[in-house]
Parts: sequence; C-alpha cells; structure tokens
Amino acid sequence: MDMTRNYFELLGLEQDFQVDQALLAERYRELQKQWHPDRFAHLSDRERRLAVQYTAHLNEALATLKSPLRRAQYLLLLAGRDTHGEGGAQLDPMFLMEQMELRERLAEVGGADDPEAELEQLAESTEAALRKLQTEFVTLYSQADLDGAETVVRKMQFMTKLQREIEAAEDRLLDD
Amino acid sequence: MALLQIAEPGQSAAPHERKLAVGIDLGTTNSLAATVRSGEAQTLPDLQGRHLLPSVVHYAPGAAPTVGQAALERAAEDPYNTIISVKRLMGRGVEDVLSFGEELPYRFSPGEGGMPYIETAAGPRSPVQVSAEILRALRERAEQSLEGELDGVVITVPAYFDDAQRQATKDAARLAGLKVLRLLNEPTAAAVAYGLDEGEEGVIAVYDLGGGTFDISVLRLNKGVFEVLATGGDSALGGDDFDYALARWMLQASGIEIEPDAQQARYLTTLAREVKERLTDEASVSVELTVAGQRATVSVSREQFDAVIEPLVKRTLRACRRTLKDAGIGADEVREVVMVGGSTRVPLVRTKVGELFGRDPHIEIDPDRVVAIGAALQADVLVGNKPDSDLLLLDVIPLSLGLETMGGLVEKVIHRNTPIPVARAQEFTTYQDGQTAMAIHVVQGERELVADCRSLARFVLRGIPPMAAGAAKIRVAFQVDADGLLSVSAKELSTGVESSIQVKPSYGLSDDEIAGMLKDSFSHAEEDLVARALREQQVEAERLASALEAALAQDGDALLDEQERAELTAGIAQLRTVAAGTDAAAIEAGVEQLAKMSDEFAARRMDHGIQRALKGHSVDELDKESR
Repeated sequence: MDMTRNYFELLGLEQDFQVDQALLAERYRELQKQWHPDRFAHLSDRERRLAVQYTAHLNEALATLKSPLRRAQYLLLLAGRDTHGEGGAQLDPMFLMEQMELRERLAEVGGADDPEAELEQLAESTEAALRKLQTEFVTLYSQADLDGAETVVRKMQFMTKLQREIEAAEDRLLDD
Repeated sequence: MALLQIAEPGQSAAPHERKLAVGIDLGTTNSLAATVRSGEAQTLPDLQGRHLLPSVVHYAPGAAPTVGQAALERAAEDPYNTIISVKRLMGRGVEDVLSFGEELPYRFSPGEGGMPYIETAAGPRSPVQVSAEILRALRERAEQSLEGELDGVVITVPAYFDDAQRQATKDAARLAGLKVLRLLNEPTAAAVAYGLDEGEEGVIAVYDLGGGTFDISVLRLNKGVFEVLATGGDSALGGDDFDYALARWMLQASGIEIEPDAQQARYLTTLAREVKERLTDEASVSVELTVAGQRATVSVSREQFDAVIEPLVKRTLRACRRTLKDAGIGADEVREVVMVGGSTRVPLVRTKVGELFGRDPHIEIDPDRVVAIGAALQADVLVGNKPDSDLLLLDVIPLSLGLETMGGLVEKVIHRNTPIPVARAQEFTTYQDGQTAMAIHVVQGERELVADCRSLARFVLRGIPPMAAGAAKIRVAFQVDADGLLSVSAKELSTGVESSIQVKPSYGLSDDEIAGMLKDSFSHAEEDLVARALREQQVEAERLASALEAALAQDGDALLDEQERAELTAGIAQLRTVAAGTDAAAIEAGVEQLAKMSDEFAARRMDHGIQRALKGHSVDELDKESR
C-alpha cells in the first residue's frame, strides 16, 4: 500500500467534494479484505504490524472521506490550505450572532416544556444549515475560490461542533 | 517446494496441512471451546460429555487447583477458596473490586501496581492467574480431543471491555501457553455464527447478556464482511446481578432478619439462581430456605421476579438505544436481532428486546454456545485453514481514548466506535517556561473529567529542551490494533526526543510478574528453564533465517538491489553464528536486529503479493514461477 497517495487515489475515487458513499464503502471493504491484519494472522509479527499500519491509514481515509466537514478540509489541505488549526478566516458578525443564539437555545433546552422536541428541532435546523453550507462549498470550490471555500469550512466547523453538543445533550436526556 | 513464508494474503504456507485452532468463550459463569471439524463448528465436550465448563477454580493448600464442575461443588462450603465470576475482576483495581462488596466475598490484597490478589489456601492469586487456570483446562480438553498441540486460538471478550480488561485476558492466555490469533468481541462472534449459515445481508443487532457483562452491537453484513457500526454496553451488568437482586428480595420475603456472611450470601445467590432458571418455564416457584438455623418457605411468581429485575433490564435497553443512535440506525432498520448469553433465556429480557426492535429475536443457536462457535469459525480462517474465505470482521473501539490535560480534563484522541486498527496523533505544548519533562496520562472513557474515566497508563517524556511556555511541540500518537489493544508514543518534534510504551494497564501485571508466574507454572528446574529459553531463541532465529532465505530466493532479484540483498544475506549468516552460541539474550537481540533490517523487504513483498493476487494468479502458478 502506498501511504503517500492521497485518500481519493487510495480509494480510487475522483478528487471532489461529491463522493458516492456506496462506492466508497465498497472500495473500503475491498481494500480491507486485502490488508486487514487478520489476513496475516498466521504469518509473522512483522507482516501483522505493517498490516495494522496500513489499515489504520485506510480507516483514516474512510473517516476523512465519509464526513462532509473532514472531506472539505482535506480538499483544502490538498490545495495547500490547512484549516485544522485555530484562527484563520474572519467570520461575519451576523453568523457569529446566530451561533450565539443557537447555543443559548441549546443551553436552555432543559427548561423547555418538551426538551426532546426542542432538541430535535434544533438538530434539524443545524442539519439544514450544514447542508446549505455544503452546497456553498461545492460552488466556491469548483470556482477555485479558495478564500471563500475556507470561510465556509470555518462555518461548517462551528455548526458541526454545535451538532456534537446537541448529540451530547440528547445522550444526557436518554440517560435520565 | 520453496517455503512460502509470505504467500498470497490469506493463503496458508502449506495448504495440505490442517492446523489446529479453537475458539474459546471465556465467560463469567461458563467457558467453552469449539473447533471446526469437517467444515462444521462444534463445541468440544469433556470426557463426561459436558460442553460447558463452569468458570470456577477451587484452591486447596499444596495441591493443584480444580477447575469446573468439581470446583463449583465446593463453592457453598468453601467460598473463600472457590473463585467464581473471576471475569468481573479482570483488569480491575483493588478499589473497583471492593465496591462489589458482599457479592464477591474474597479477601483481597494489593499486588504490584494496584492489581488485586485474592487470598486463597494455595496463596495469593491474581484474577489473571485464575483465568489462566480455566484456559488451561480448556486447552487440555481441546488437545485431547483434537489429538495435537494447538496452533492458535481466538478468545472472545465482551465488546465493552476496556484496554485493561483486554490486556488482562491476553496475559491470562499467555500464562496458559496459548497463542492468541485474535481477541474477538463476543457479539461479533455471535453474528458470525448466525451470519455465515444464512448468508445474510443487511443490518443486525446482537444483544448479549451474559453472567456478568452486557454488550450490544450493531453490525452491517456485506459479502462476508462483518462491519461493526457501533457497540455499547456495561461491563459490570449481567445475570449475576439478577441473582443478587432476587437473593436480597427472597431473604426479605422470608422474614429472616440477618446480615448474610460470605457463605450465607453464596447459598442465597445459588438458590436465587435456581429460582430464576425455573421461572423461565414456570409461572411461580416455591422454595424452602434455611439461613442461620432459621427456616422459611418463599414463593416467587414470574411477575414478582420481573419487577425485581426490571430496573436492570431497563439499563440494557437504554444502552441499546444509545448504540443505535451511535450507529446512525433506526430500530426499524435492523433486519435481525440475535440473542446471546444464558441470561437471554429470561422471558422478560426476550419480551423487552422484542418490543424495542419490533421483531422476534433469534434464539435458534444455543445462546450459551453461539459465541464459541463464531470464535471457532474465525479461528479456522485466521490460522490459515480457509484461504478462500471472504470472512472478515471489522470492529470498533468501544470506549473513547484520551489524555489528561490541564485541570484534570480529558482530551479525547480517539472517539468511541472508531473502526480499528486506528492510529491518531495529537499535539500538545508545555505550559511553563523551561519545562523539560511532560507527564502523559492515558485514560479511557466517555466522561469529561479524568477522575470519571479509567486510568490506563502513565509515563513521562523527558529531555525536552528548555523553551518558553508553549514553544515546544509534543506529539502524542495512539495506535490501536485489531484486538483493541493500545500502544502510545510521545515525541518532542523540534528535537526528536522520543518515549513510547506498550500500554500496560494501571491495574495489570508487570512483565516481571508475568515472567515469575510463567516460571512458577513450569515444573522444570532453573537450569531447564534457561535451556528452554535458549532453545526457544534458537528456534526463533532459525525460523527467521530460513524464512528470509526462502523469501530472498523467491523475490530477492525482483524486489531488491544488489547492496540490499548482500546486506540481508550477511545478516542471515551473522544471526546463524550468534545462534550457534549459548547467549539467549544475544540471539534475541540478533533476531530483533535482522527482523528490523528485513522490514522494508517484507513490506515490498506484501505489496507485490497483493498485486499478484489482484491479477488473479493462483498459488500453483506462483510455485512454478518460483522454481
């Protein structure tokens, strides 16, 4: 396995934001069938250790191409833009205001008449906002507007983080 | 024929020689072994025809321990020396086990590194040693039945076992002299047992309620590949808890007012278990109990029993819902539900699980045996007996792995339900000017505070050059293998100062402890042991040398340049010289060195082999090529 090839090449997919998830899953399974450490279980430690490294790499490729945010970040990284760190593009005040409002709503979910319904609504609107951002990303990326694409990715990071917080809140609700 | 050390992936080196492999279900209550014979997986009975081996070990002074039914029969009269449900203690610390209280009435003493030792009449015994006794009994049974030494085993563990519990299980296998091909998650094993028979495609859920552990796994099946989407559970909840709850209820109902001691508690629990089992078929059960010289008759109806255990069953259902959510699957998308573990015989469990998923769960394969059968199927493939098999199990890590950061908070590095093997790294920095060392604390769990997670290991990275706070960059890398076992390394990036450990759980055995126990378990004298170690190293050296020679003969021309080849040939000669001597440590070092030298060659051969496989060559053709 050539670990220097990019994830798209590794999985035989076109380098693009749109990824056929069924095809991705199929290619992933094909590669796992060849490289999984279990295929080398009756051989020596060395082959197994290499296989662990290879499949760890493959799993990282899958995780990256499966998640819209990570896929977008990866495309930008391949284009020479690292969006994983702090800082970067300035976000407009309107967006930040919305973020604060959404987080306030989340913080007050416990006091709502029907916390479950409120959470669900919040999750749905977050999901919708994320889908909209993804469409924006596709347009900007295809126009090679990397500055614009980077800004969208920053926004996606905010929304994805919110999504995780909503999920954590749902978990807590399930536990009660 | 040349020795094909690295043949096609999945091809056995010597196709006609059938290797002996068994699957072992090391359970809380019962353990068993299974193997594939004439294409069919079967559990292996003992000489009396019993398949289940009670996971019970009885220790007596100056005698070998007894295991299984004979040991179980001593449980009531000799509770302190009869170790039951030892699986609940695996990978746990003294404080954890003391919190089990009355339910496990042993006298514990702390060992090195906080590992609890159980005081027995034969001396202190760690849970790992007790488990090793059970494994040894199964090994003997299997070797008698298969008439030969085992080439490898697959041992099952609850999917929800953390790193410490997995490591403890692997240590026990090592003590029992078993070669572990894989630690396999119990629900995954059960899915294999069902899935292969039925050629199923789609999403299945496995609900596994054993004696002491609960697992729920959601898997997607596709052309022989079992992909675990999410797993959850509770590694300290099982049918034993039903027994304890019912025992308390029965004592209260009897009107006898005592605080039961160890022996009485064991008696009541055993009685409760009988009642529980009878209630599977009967609507009401009446028993007579005698405690502290007092007698009473207690009757328990199915409804009363259901009410006693309902909170426990509810806990399992909550874990099911959470796991479905993690898998991104709705309950209605689950095509099949598989029941595993003796505790799924309880009618309330079946009803509630059926309600949750809206379908009747599968119970065709004996829930006590299904895990061992799945493990046997996997062992048969892994040992190399089924080169054409498509069977592949892709598992996930059950609990998040992270590091302690400032203020006792956890920074997660690998989230739960990430497919394994996985490798991830995270960068940290120093927080004080001139800081030259950094303590690294690895934890596992979902909570945000370190105190609420399981501590796996601590180590210190030293030799960081003094810099301003925040200037040093420390990269901590986690790697989890296919068994779910973690290793961690840390590196300061500007200087390359490095430190790494194979994570030894905080409550595990140290290597010295294991070496000592291995020594104890041999009946050889000291010299024999030295001779044995030397012989082992010599065998290992010759194995590597001849495998590498064969590999050079086959692929040396195609994959190596002249210099690389000359270096490896010289390395082989050198290792053979060292191996002719009597210094076991030097031979071991020599093996390590040559193995390292040949790493790159091995990698090229793996690539090459797979490319050939993709072109559709058969082994026969390869054989011809290599002649």
